[in-house]
Amino acid sequence: MSSTEVSAIEELTNKEYKYGFVSNIEADSLPPGLNEDTIRKISAIKGEPEFMLEYRLKAYNHWLTLKEPHWANVKYPEIDYNSISYYSAPKKKPQLKSLDEIDPELRNTFEKLGISLEEQKRLSNVAVDAVFDSVSVATTFREKLSELGIIFCSFSEAVKNHPEIVKKYLGSVVPYTDNFFASLNSAVFSDGSFAYIPKGIRCPMELSTYFRMNAANTGQFERTLLIADEGAYVSYLEGCTAPQRDENQLHAAVVELIALDNAQIKYSTVQNWYAGDKDGKGGIYNFVTKRGACRGVNSKISWTQVETGSAITWKYPSCILQGDNSIGEFYSVAVTNNMQQADTGTKMIHLGKNTRSTIISKGISAGKSNNSYRGQVKVSRKAENARNFSQCDSLLLGDKCGAHTFPYLEINNPSAQVEHEATTSKIGEDQIFYLNQRGISTEDAIGLIVNGYCKEVFKELPMEFAVEAQKLLSISLEGSVG
Amino acid sequence: MMLEIKNLHVNVGGKEILKGIDLIVNAGEVHAIMGPNGSGKSTLAQTIAGKQDYEITKGQVLLEGKNLLELSPEDRAREGVFLAFQYPIELPGVSNTNLLKTALNEIRKYRGLEAIDTMEFLTLIKSKMKLVELEQSLLSRAVNEGFSGGEKKRNEIFQMAVLEPKLAILDETDSGLDIDALRIVANGVTKLKSKDNATIVVTHYQRLLDYIIPDFVHVLYNGRIVKSGGKDLALELEERGYDWLKEDKELIAG
Repeated sequence: MSSTEVSAIEELTNKEYKYGFVSNIEADSLPPGLNEDTIRKISAIKGEPEFMLEYRLKAYNHWLTLKEPHWANVKYPEIDYNSISYYSAPKKKPQLKSLDEIDPELRNTFEKLGISLEEQKRLSNVAVDAVFDSVSVATTFREKLSELGIIFCSFSEAVKNHPEIVKKYLGSVVPYTDNFFASLNSAVFSDGSFAYIPKGIRCPMELSTYFRMNAANTGQFERTLLIADEGAYVSYLEGCTAPQRDENQLHAAVVELIALDNAQIKYSTVQNWYAGDKDGKGGIYNFVTKRGACRGVNSKISWTQVETGSAITWKYPSCILQGDNSIGEFYSVAVTNNMQQADTGTKMIHLGKNTRSTIISKGISAGKSNNSYRGQVKVSRKAENARNFSQCDSLLLGDKCGAHTFPYLEINNPSAQVEHEATTSKIGEDQIFYLNQRGISTEDAIGLIVNGYCKEVFKELPMEFAVEAQKLLSISLEGSVG
Repeated sequence: MMLEIKNLHVNVGGKEILKGIDLIVNAGEVHAIMGPNGSGKSTLAQTIAGKQDYEITKGQVLLEGKNLLELSPEDRAREGVFLAFQYPIELPGVSNTNLLKTALNEIRKYRGLEAIDTMEFLTLIKSKMKLVELEQSLLSRAVNEGFSGGEKKRNEIFQMAVLEPKLAILDETDSGLDIDALRIVANGVTKLKSKDNATIVVTHYQRLLDYIIPDFVHVLYNGRIVKSGGKDLALELEERGYDWLKEDKELIAG
């Protein structure tokens, strides 16, 4: 690697996190600590029906029997679950009828992030359910959606207003017994998003949530549930940025998707949480369980993710292909820089006949980071004619980072066709020189090359998100490759 | 004076490749640099463009009086140096249009101009494409990825046409081209020629010079220019090969 390239990488690496700031909103929080009493309090604050409290308590009691998993290729100091505050809400929380009612400080925060709700409302076709810390503060376009019978609201509201749907589907894809972090989430989840698209309805706009963690020392436990009924279609966008923090923040979200017969769900994420400074201090621990069930025939679930942030990412958006002819897709760009660690990938579980899955994973490692792809393709005994194609590419920037690929294949039906391709490459000095010779700086050259490398994934993102994703990539690679 | 090279010595991997090059190129001129394999032709081209890891031990390279050797490769490009690569590099996923727009705007920014308007840019590339008879589909494809040898070379000339350099250096642009492609490339270069720019054609064979008529021909041998002349020198080389010059050179050296 040439000296210019090294210095460009160092320069970029040394840039401070652009979105690091703390907004001064009085938070109304529970004291740190986790016990049955905490859970009863959370449930009471939220005015939940009895079935939710029972669910939380069962999850909590199960969680007590579990041990934190350590099979992922990541290292971090022990988490003291009793030092975390499990509930924090912006203090003012009346029902808001319009965006004008939002706390001006809060609006400022969103605007600093470039997510002006006004702008969102005026210019774009996106309904935004903004989750600030733990309580939803604004939901737009809801009325327009409700005319079509689409329910799009915060999880808490869904629990109150549509308990029968919540009760039917909550935990049906990710049961509270699923894993340590999913159990913890099931016990203490604060809020999140809920969407139900009724039969035969194509949701006319991209549904969107911006997550943001704020109040210090508050773990955030989001819960998202999306249901596409027969023949329905929905595209959902999730985007995150978080303010800079010195102490680590735990995030353990659960996302459940359910696609019934002939339904389709497209779930896109751009994740840019604080990754810690260049020495690895601070940053978000992101332990997420995301899973979709293609429950009906001919159903389809696509996950697209661009992961640039967090100190630690532990995340495997997966598809359970139950319905015959159902399709699962996973498109991922995971970028790690400095001391970041990512262990991410997917699981494609083929249960139905003629089920198909596609996995395209692009890992980019820079600095001293470690980036692992971990993917499982499982074809059950009854899954006749299952097809899978997996492509896992790793790009290394510099010589102090690592890329790892852990594919697991479990094929129990002889008619299955499973393909796995993997490559590892480095950005060539000759590529950079070529671009330099055309008048392009090394930093921009790296940006161009990396964006080109991720093109297959970016083209799966909705347009406005693709632009944002490219910017995020440049910001975080403003530290990595360029 | 467009380009002035004075007593240039260059080491590559600890070995001296260029051993004192002197060359003057004026605006409006085409210079051909010929020579056998390993004589240092490509090293000279890449040194002017600013290839890293080439160690300049002595000498100067001036573009319109400005010391190029102090500039980064990108700033040299922005000053107006263009190198058509002997082996154009593949950039998976990076479209030709994206590359050109980024490059053009960087060059414009350096010169204090505003970024080019998208419509204006599209008109520009359409007109330049015709110059090298490039197909529209190559614009949206990734740079050089899956291009044939001829397409890669034409694409280099296309980029040159869009970026409008002051000094263009064509490094073995004729290698690997069939006669039709050669004609297209050469016509493109000839059309781009003006009284305000200059071209250096680095080549092994005389045949490109049937299409691009040089004002001067220089023979590079063993890191030195051993003979300079008019376009007839190229014909003489074609006829007699390089050996007679080697003998001359040994006489000089002796």
